Amino acid sequence: MTKLLSVRLVAILVGLGFAFVALFAFVIGAYNAATEETAAHVPYEKPMDIAFSFDGPFGKWDKAQLQRGLKVYDEVCSACHSLKFVAFRNLEELGYDEGQVKAYAASKQVPGIDPNTGEAAMRPGLPTDYFPSPYPNAVAAAAANNNAIPPDLSLITKARGDGTNYVASLLMGYQAPSEELLAEHPEAAPGPGLHHNPYFPNLNLAMAPPLTTDGQVTYDDGTEATIEQMSKDVAAFLTWTAEPTLVKRKQTGWPVLIFLLFATILAYMSKQQIWAAVKPKKD
Amino acid sequence: MSFPWAREYQPSNGFTRFLDEKLPLPRLVYNAVGAGYPVPRNLSYFWNFGVLAGFFLVLQIVTGVVLAMHYAANAQVAFATTEHIMRNVNWGWMMRYAHANGASFFFIVVYMHIFRGLFYSSYKAPREMIWLLGVVIFLLMMATAFMGYVLPWGQMSFWGAKVITGLFGAIPLIGEPIQIWLLGGFAPDNAALNRFFSLHFLLPFVIAGVVILHIWALHIPGSSNPTGVEVKSESDTVPFHPYYTAKDGFGLGVILLAYFAMVFFLPNALGHPDNYIEANPLSTPAHIVPEWYFWPFYAILRAFTVDFILPAKLWGVIAMFASILLWFFLPWLDKSPVRSGHYRPLFRKFFWFGLIPTMIVLFICGGAPAEEPYVMLSQIATAYYFLHFLVILPIISSVEKPEPLPYSITEAVLGSDKKAVLGENTTPAV
Repeated sequence: MTKLLSVRLVAILVGLGFAFVALFAFVIGAYNAATEETAAHVPYEKPMDIAFSFDGPFGKWDKAQLQRGLKVYDEVCSACHSLKFVAFRNLEELGYDEGQVKAYAASKQVPGIDPNTGEAAMRPGLPTDYFPSPYPNAVAAAAANNNAIPPDLSLITKARGDGTNYVASLLMGYQAPSEELLAEHPEAAPGPGLHHNPYFPNLNLAMAPPLTTDGQVTYDDGTEATIEQMSKDVAAFLTWTAEPTLVKRKQTGWPVLIFLLFATILAYMSKQQIWAAVKPKKD
Repeated sequence: MSFPWAREYQPSNGFTRFLDEKLPLPRLVYNAVGAGYPVPRNLSYFWNFGVLAGFFLVLQIVTGVVLAMHYAANAQVAFATTEHIMRNVNWGWMMRYAHANGASFFFIVVYMHIFRGLFYSSYKAPREMIWLLGVVIFLLMMATAFMGYVLPWGQMSFWGAKVITGLFGAIPLIGEPIQIWLLGGFAPDNAALNRFFSLHFLLPFVIAGVVILHIWALHIPGSSNPTGVEVKSESDTVPFHPYYTAKDGFGLGVILLAYFAMVFFLPNALGHPDNYIEANPLSTPAHIVPEWYFWPFYAILRAFTVDFILPAKLWGVIAMFASILLWFFLPWLDKSPVRSGHYRPLFRKFFWFGLIPTMIVLFICGGAPAEEPYVMLSQIATAYYFLHFLVILPIISSVEKPEPLPYSITEAVLGSDKKAVLGENTTPAV
């Protein structure tokens, strides 16, 4: 008995010790919070809520939109941003046929070797090749972009919170900082080589506005290429590059859930039947 | 051991008779989870989670083995092979989402299982060993899950590994050599990734081994139950099969509906977007947070912000480990003879209005950035956490006056125990 009492006595002392240190830290923290001024965060905007065809549990790709988005990537983004996890062969999923994919791949130069000398050389792409990077290496990318390496875009919509909306909002969001913002947060003014964008977490980013005029890209399907349209289309395309299996995933989910729902109902009914014999009778 | 009225395995044909003589595996299964295991008849749905945890362990091993066939543990290509699994391997995306969300659901069901054990004091005699082995399983799960999260080699993988191994760096004098030894270098790199992969493959099988001991230890006294009154007679029990196989089957269906809804419709909701950015030692993420199931303990780690005799960081590390290790002592801290929280008015108040809100606050603070008011909230919650287990629990078990217990499980279920009235029960009351 005395032994057990001592176990509990030690526990009580240890518990009081931890609690004391934690509360001591609390008191110091509360004192500091009351006496020191903490810098307020510069506010940034949450991405706009934009409707896309692939939203929701029944979402499907709008292949025409993905093709338009590819064109925006191809003519604008690809000047600086790589797309290294996407192969040309994957473009068949956007509704292109084999011949179109072959022709598109062949129009790109990818790094290879000279078959005769074995020296490094460029060659036309094949459907099995991946999208080539605009820069030979990271040092070249940094040197060409004021030391800010343009991120690979393959996964960008999964690598940012609310990624699809974020990419579209960011592309539409370039503007001069408002007077009120500068009055309250003078440090929010863009520095040299930086551009103000309320959707970017620290409000200033190195990327210059990539989509500047309506009609910058000429769409093959006749859709009017406004900045808003181009932003949404390329955000949709980059959602596909981040997760080509997104629609297949949702379509697979339904039969799985419906099967499980039936199985669970059956399991419940058999459980009720089995337990009926031993359940207390209600009076 | 089992109750004397447990049904005996009867081999039904020549083959099972042969097997029963040479290797009585069917008999083992029959006595472990079949009709040969008498279980209290009054278990609620909170008793489903042990079987569900076993299910998710098997699911993690199966999906994990398949993923390991396509993954390469090399810092140069780990991120790319993860994307290879997502894009090029047939149904690879489903395997990876099933594995990532499977880890979360494994923790959900295990937390429910631990919560059940705490409310019904399942750790008390004669079930101390089951509880101790359970805490060992939980510690192994945490190690396994942490190392698994490093494998995709995204930003959170890398910085999470750096922060967690950095905890050992807080130990005075030998801390830094230990950290370097654990990582195989000064920072997480190929050596660390390779050993984490090796251990991430090994530890689930160690967990499976301890789970077998956990179930073995369970079968000595038999399952606990919501009244906390021990089994007295055959009318208190039903055979595990078909009664609890059927009930667990229904519970499994419900949890799988939730699980597959996550896998197919919200597969990244429980992950962090930064882990889709390849690991970059030169770029620190704005907020380094572990996976959600570590948040309460991460909050305790960060709650210690002031040097007090020991450096603040060391206090945090000691407190974080102590917050789980103290569970080992619960059977000897809570000396109330009554097990179930249903019959302990004071215990119940501190459980629902003290411990549960504290865990929720710690959970929220652990996932939030290290700024006010989260730091101050986590400090109060951390203080209560230690007070609850180490001070309040030992004291209330001495001062509390429990409510009257039913005579037996049968009485609790049926309103009366006919055999008890007739004087057939010979075993004494608890």
